[in-house]
Amino acid sequence: MENVGVCDEFVNLKATELRLGLPGTEDGGEAEKQKISCGRSNKRALPETEKDIESTGKTETASPPKAQIVGWPPVRSYRKNNIQTKKNESEGQGMYVKVSMDGAPYLRKIDLTVYKQYSELMKSLENMFKFSVGEYFEREGYKGSDFVPTYEDKDGDWMLVGDVPWEMFVSSCKRLRIMKGSEAKGLGCSV
Amino acid sequence: MDLRLPSKVLEHIFSFVDSNEDRNSVSLVCKSWFETERLTRKRVFVRNCYAVTPAAVARRFPGMRSLTLKGKPHFADYNLVPDGWGGYAWPWIEAMAEKSPSLEELRLKRMVVTDECLEKIAASFKDFKVLVLTSCEGFSTDGLAAIAVACRNLTELELRECIVEDLGGDWLSYFPETLTSLVSLDFSCLDSEVKLSDLERLVSRSPNLKSLKLNRAVSLHALGSLLCLAPQLVELGTGSFSDKLDQEAVSKLAQVFTELKELKSLSGLWDVLPEYIPLLYSVCPGLTSLNLSYATVQMPDLVELLSRCSNLQKLWVMDLIEDKGLEVVASSCKELRELRVFPSGADVDETNVALTEQGLVYVSEACPNLESVLYFCAQFTNAALVTIAKNRPNLKCFRLCVIEPFASDHETHQPLDEGFKAIVESCKDLQRLSVSGLLTDKAFEHIGRHGKKLKMLSIAFAGDSDLMLHHLLSGCESLNKLEIRDCPFGDTALLENAAKLETMRSLWMSSCGVSFGACKLLSEKMPKLNVEVIDEHSPETRPDSSPVEKIYIYRTVAGPRMDMPEFVWTKHKNPEIGVSHLAIE
Repeated sequence: MENVGVCDEFVNLKATELRLGLPGTEDGGEAEKQKISCGRSNKRALPETEKDIESTGKTETASPPKAQIVGWPPVRSYRKNNIQTKKNESEGQGMYVKVSMDGAPYLRKIDLTVYKQYSELMKSLENMFKFSVGEYFEREGYKGSDFVPTYEDKDGDWMLVGDVPWEMFVSSCKRLRIMKGSEAKGLGCSV
Repeated sequence: MDLRLPSKVLEHIFSFVDSNEDRNSVSLVCKSWFETERLTRKRVFVRNCYAVTPAAVARRFPGMRSLTLKGKPHFADYNLVPDGWGGYAWPWIEAMAEKSPSLEELRLKRMVVTDECLEKIAASFKDFKVLVLTSCEGFSTDGLAAIAVACRNLTELELRECIVEDLGGDWLSYFPETLTSLVSLDFSCLDSEVKLSDLERLVSRSPNLKSLKLNRAVSLHALGSLLCLAPQLVELGTGSFSDKLDQEAVSKLAQVFTELKELKSLSGLWDVLPEYIPLLYSVCPGLTSLNLSYATVQMPDLVELLSRCSNLQKLWVMDLIEDKGLEVVASSCKELRELRVFPSGADVDETNVALTEQGLVYVSEACPNLESVLYFCAQFTNAALVTIAKNRPNLKCFRLCVIEPFASDHETHQPLDEGFKAIVESCKDLQRLSVSGLLTDKAFEHIGRHGKKLKMLSIAFAGDSDLMLHHLLSGCESLNKLEIRDCPFGDTALLENAAKLETMRSLWMSSCGVSFGACKLLSEKMPKLNVEVIDEHSPETRPDSSPVEKIYIYRTVAGPRMDMPEFVWTKHKNPEIGVSHLAIE
């Protein structure tokens, strides 16, 4: 709740704020500000709210969630997590997407729902295709390797894997492509 | 005349004394008995890793082959203990590596175990056989690989509900081809898929394998081929029970299950589809233990299964079983000793899951051996508790969790005082009790008066005042562990009964009304206790009257621990705070 308050403060000071954005770029500026004022990247804001909804177990119902008491009812987190994922999975029966790698003769398919975070996915891909993906940087993308993991999202655009929060990625990813070489560089990675 | 028995004779006699409780008594008789006992004790249990130092344990029991340790307090299971509080396995493993290199078995519960720890185990104990980690965290699958590759005589590797950083399923491939001694393997809490061919080869070359608990990633199809290789299994934890199989595969699988002649325990059954329940019918009559607590099937399917389990002694199930299902359990499972009913979460949204107090009443009526109960339920009545108490005076463990805090008897709207009174009056051997629902101080007066054998008591959202705590601490003679949260009591009862705390293993209190000043005073009064104030939001200055968030008090001969994080205050770590002008008795 704290960081929401901080953002509000900044929003109120918007009029007096000096910005570097082009005139008319309200939204971009806003996002930038949120990035700064919340003390963390805007990426983080979303997963938290999504998690909040998930933890009350109500993704569909309209009724407001009951106040969550820490550690109540007394059920081990291990059990809580496993029942929760079960609910989500039974709705989707896994989320298989095709994975292609430049230069590889055939495609593979992986189930995105078995992973909980990017590092797990990367490791799995690296194992599957026997390559190494380098280190991810927010601004520069992947450094230290010729291979760049990308994905096609719901809008048909090719995006860099890792930019958006994990849950958003899982719900919007249609397929994966591991680019190699010069084409990869063109996607905004360091030259 | 020298009446002492020669130590060789004592040794022989003590070799028949197995239970540690008895061995502890034996060691108190006289010096020579103490000496002989300590030199011959093979299995050491340390129920609070901070109660004694690793060095002291290693020194006392040079013949130790098996060590069991518990770390964090029980309420850590429900996220009440902040991360970083403690419970580190490293100092123990390091000490044993140096002083007890013949250690063969390590069982840890609620401890922080790192990859470094696992690597140290692999490197230090040449004859290491058994590793059981329950509710532990801090390690990754790399650590497991280290154990797999190095422990040539490994017989048991069990990970029970651990939080593991899962870097993939490769770790299983590290078991060498020469390892043929495996008796028990439990990796049910891991997420990643292991290579089926490696698992099959491992199972094939393990003729002594009796217990195999797979993780969810192991498909139903894979299960079939594994069971073909291990028909001798006594305990099975399946993986996901939900592949779409064709008719031929289904009948093959059914056949495989009929070959499991020794099977006594079944668990897993993740995502089980109703159409596959009949596959299990052939093993039902032989089962003594069945864990359906992850099986999200409805009552009719559960009943089909349970009506065939006439020898069942232990049943874990979700509230999807409903009262009707428990009625069937009552009539079919006459040997039942332990029942646990977990919340499915379905009743969080709508209270139409038909599990009420009646279900437990049915079972208590019909199952004469029922002695252990854990029951999550939306509502309860005094009448039901009275009936259960009358039916089952042989109860040893009774844990009732009425999910709504402060819920009164849903028929009379009275507190549940009378009901719990009946329980403690009737069940004279009750050792463990968890109470819930609306309770006044009276309930605790009853518990204090009658709960003479009570060792462990858990309380939440109950009581009116200090009197509650006073009744418990002054009345429950056998009390060992007391854990309380969100109860409105203050300092008086705690300070008045301070001496009692030395006779107990530990006391946990969170979100109660204990003041900082009382904690300081208690610390001063009782040097043999570690009084830990756990406060994640402590202010800069702390007036004595300010309430503390959480307190964990435990007896110890190890003195203050060295690994306390910032948010734990003790008199020793923060001596500058000291005790004010308050008089010390």
